[in-house]
Amino acid sequence: MSAEIRLHLSDAEATERLAVALAPLLRAGDTLLLDGPIGAGKTHFARSLIQWRLAEAGLSEDVPSPTFTLVQTYDDGQVEIWHADLYRLSDPLEVVELGLDEAMQSAIALIEWPDRLGDMAPADACRLRFAHDGEGRSVVIDWSDSRADLWRRSFEEEAATA
Amino acid sequence: MTRTLTVLGIETSCDDTAAAVVRSDRTILASNVADQTALHAAFGGVVPEIAARAHTEKLDHAVEAALAASGHALKDLDAIAVTAGPGLIGGVLSGVMLAKGLSAASGVPLVGVNHLAGHALTPRLTDDLAFPYLVLLASGGHCQFLIAHGADRFERLGGTIDDAPGEAFDKTARLLGLPQPGGPSVEAEAAKGDPARFDFPRPLLNRPGCDMSFSGLKTAVLRERDKIVSDKGGLTRQDRSDLAAGFQAAVADVLAEKARRAISAYLDHAPEAPAIAVAGGVAANRTIRAALDRVAADGGLRFVAPPLQLCTDNAAMIAWAGIEALRDGYDTSEPVVARPRWPLDRSQAPMLGSGKKGAKA
Repeated sequence: MSAEIRLHLSDAEATERLAVALAPLLRAGDTLLLDGPIGAGKTHFARSLIQWRLAEAGLSEDVPSPTFTLVQTYDDGQVEIWHADLYRLSDPLEVVELGLDEAMQSAIALIEWPDRLGDMAPADACRLRFAHDGEGRSVVIDWSDSRADLWRRSFEEEAATA
Repeated sequence: MTRTLTVLGIETSCDDTAAAVVRSDRTILASNVADQTALHAAFGGVVPEIAARAHTEKLDHAVEAALAASGHALKDLDAIAVTAGPGLIGGVLSGVMLAKGLSAASGVPLVGVNHLAGHALTPRLTDDLAFPYLVLLASGGHCQFLIAHGADRFERLGGTIDDAPGEAFDKTARLLGLPQPGGPSVEAEAAKGDPARFDFPRPLLNRPGCDMSFSGLKTAVLRERDKIVSDKGGLTRQDRSDLAAGFQAAVADVLAEKARRAISAYLDHAPEAPAIAVAGGVAANRTIRAALDRVAADGGLRFVAPPLQLCTDNAAMIAWAGIEALRDGYDTSEPVVARPRWPLDRSQAPMLGSGKKGAKA
């Protein structure tokens, strides 16, 4: 069940569709590790996902880049969502200082530059590796969870009607 | 005339730890910012102050030093103004906790200040601007056009829908192998380059309104860089300078064109003494400053750019915003609560991350 899923994302809207297809499937304790170079769509993915969950709850808030503040937190009424950019961290201990270790247990955690987690990345986390791919992007999803298939189907259905 | 107020300001909302003492006659008696430059990594960004206790330790000294330099004892002050948000929660909390402790121990009342209001009100501290004036707040984490109607009344005309320009400078520096922070290093590199060699996109330039987008620009820089690398096997110094210059020109063009529209919306309010001010670290960029100065002159507006140390994060602006709040009848019996997100204009729908399609709500 831990087969990797490889997808091509032709434009920013495709990245958004992928995020929106996953958004309703997430629950407390889910951690998404968003890997990839600058400009590969990590923040766009996270922002789209957060925006969808907030909108579903009838909420609407700014979703700024977490690059400067390291962490932005949201509450969609059911669960807290943590959006983190760990690029500026220099020591995995700072992850604890930020409270991210607890958030990975109790919230939905979207983590950019997750290599900074060291060995603190949860074993059952969903890893997305974004890359530049021609004019678009590609993503490789590695998630040993039965929801991975649902997510893929939902994305492909959306893509077919887009 | 109302009596003179003397206020201690405390700012810890992001990477800096700062304290200042300011008087309501616009005199800055003391202002210090704990120096972060020693902590700047050679590559990859400014090391953030994550540990709340480290902030607190530095802040103790910063407050002590500011009070000593001002010649005032804490108990003689009229208020303590502290940044209550928006920002990095650990930093904001440590500032608020320290301020609460100082207030409880000394009996000096406490004022919770919005960090963005501190930036937006700085032109009144430095240049005594009259309301309403237009302000472009552009920094690492923020980018918005605001009309300041009063010390607690801001109208947001538009802002970035994704990254702030300061972040775009930092990420462009990373892409070009230039040191952090990216603002000064990209500017220095751009000075040696040809801004016309690369035709970088000006996102949302032709869309009505004052919204901006800078996220796509870093991708455009990346693509041009990679194209050169794959054609020639590497970047020459000139290539790098030209990329930096092209990037900077695109940011300046977008800010100038959106400023033109913001000015037009602002002039509808028929201000008596029309003025536009810039605040935030991006105001330090000379190309951007010059572009805004031209647009202001075209619109018949006075252009105000506070000195750099008052454009970047500092505590004098927090003390000043506290003074403005007190003059407006701020209720110091209200408890001050740390708020990691705190929009200045609560009447406007959020736009950050609302994307092209817009949020459902």
